[in-house]
Amino acid sequence: MDEHTVKRFDQELSELNALVLRMGGLVQDQIGKAMAALRDEDPDAARDVIARDHVVNFMDVEADERAVNLLALRQPMGRDLRMIMSLGKTVSDLERIGDEAERIARMTIHMYESVGSQPGTSLLRDTHSMSRLATNMLRDALDALARLDVNLALQVAKGDSELDGEFQASLRRLATYIMEDSRNVGHAIDVTFIVRSLERIGDHAKNIAEYVIFLVKGKDVRHVSPESLSRDLLEEA
Amino acid sequence: MNDGENLMESTTAPHDAEVDAPATRKNMAFTRTRPVQEPEEEEERVGSRTVGDVTVDNPRMVSRDVNVYYGDKRAIRDVSLDIGRNEVIAMIGPSGCGKSTYLRCLNRMNDTIEGCRVEGTITLDGEDIYDKNLDVVQLRARVGMVFQKPNPFPKSIYDNVAYGPRIHGLAMTRSETDDIVRLSLERAGLWSEVRDRLDRPGTGLSGGQQQRLCIARAIAVSPEVILMDEPCSALDPIATARIEELIDELRENYTIAIVTHSMQQAARVSQRTAYFHLGDLVEVGETNQIFTNPRHKLTEDYITGRFG
Repeated sequence: MDEHTVKRFDQELSELNALVLRMGGLVQDQIGKAMAALRDEDPDAARDVIARDHVVNFMDVEADERAVNLLALRQPMGRDLRMIMSLGKTVSDLERIGDEAERIARMTIHMYESVGSQPGTSLLRDTHSMSRLATNMLRDALDALARLDVNLALQVAKGDSELDGEFQASLRRLATYIMEDSRNVGHAIDVTFIVRSLERIGDHAKNIAEYVIFLVKGKDVRHVSPESLSRDLLEEA
Repeated sequence: MNDGENLMESTTAPHDAEVDAPATRKNMAFTRTRPVQEPEEEEERVGSRTVGDVTVDNPRMVSRDVNVYYGDKRAIRDVSLDIGRNEVIAMIGPSGCGKSTYLRCLNRMNDTIEGCRVEGTITLDGEDIYDKNLDVVQLRARVGMVFQKPNPFPKSIYDNVAYGPRIHGLAMTRSETDDIVRLSLERAGLWSEVRDRLDRPGTGLSGGQQQRLCIARAIAVSPEVILMDEPCSALDPIATARIEELIDELRENYTIAIVTHSMQQAARVSQRTAYFHLGDLVEVGETNQIFTNPRHKLTEDYITGRFG
């Protein structure tokens, strides 16, 4: 894309872009650390994650402010407008992802500091596979945003159904554990919250991917089935 | 009127013959197929294919393959565009892109310019406005115009508005004239401000009031179409907002075509937007679409401020 006649506009846009991507990196790290704390049975590491959430929130506020200023002072049109809207929405989803990471950390503390038995590894098995799926989706969504890669964004948007399937399967297994042994109930509830958070992270990654498609193609693809979505975009190309 | 008559001849002649056969003196000058241009202009030329739908379902004015020459310089080329009933269409584009030239074709204001020649067809309600038998004065009553600089006559406020209806015989009695003056000033949103000083000179009003007076003058003769060439560029933001509000109200009864350098204004007042570039009509579309998701790169570059 060519540069604007007003150079500062370019600079302000790229600063917002960089801030959003930096925030994306931070929330990816938050999920990673929260899941590591869960795996390592380390409540202190989980506390670090919770303590860092305010940094994510701070970036959310700053990015919002920058987006509002750009809208007010530059009156962006066309692709610039779509970029600012997309980045502004991406920021909200990233902030929610940060909250989900924090929730995972809280559940981790709750599980390992509560009196009674530790949760069995089989109870936690689904969290790790789901975490891999969710973090991959988020990584790809942020890559797609950084490179404005519609095809990658499309893959992410379609990939959400796999994570949803895992989530449903995981709930069924957790139900089975509870039925097998009612002493599992407490931990099973915590794990339910964790897999739910991971599922939500996938939803947010999907949202970000859809904003990328809107940014590049000017098409709002939310609430559209994946099949008709790729058909529409292929027709355009 | 000489130019006007030449124009009529050229538009009634078959188009192909006009271009191919240098039969008459006036055609001699145009045997060169295109005017001399700067090389970089040549590169940016987009041809005559306009992106987007130039037609509307219920057009008030229809223009097809309109070319305008100033001497041997072609100012606009092959512009085809419909102007719909009760719609505001905005013409945008950089200086010299031909948007004002095109606007002025719509009520034959270009007739008054020495060496200006218009080709192609333009109709108003299906009637060829370049027809030989058409009275240009009547045409300009049907297609009114408001200019960049407010230009009230050096007469009273009352006479400014009453002048048109009088010469067009729309008002016979004093009370009829009074009614038209009041109604026009009301529609232009100026009545309450001037009702007590109708005998004062129109030039004594503020810039924004003068422009609304000019709009009242334009609508006093019950036009079908109002052309506006940069109507707010000499006004402050408050006066601009009042004119924009007025445009929105006038849309119910009139068709409005507006040329503006302010993209924000085009976005605010229009339902359709046409983007001109170096004499070409590059893209036409719903205003929403043009400003959020333009399809042509030149449109995108212009509206996002990327022309160096």
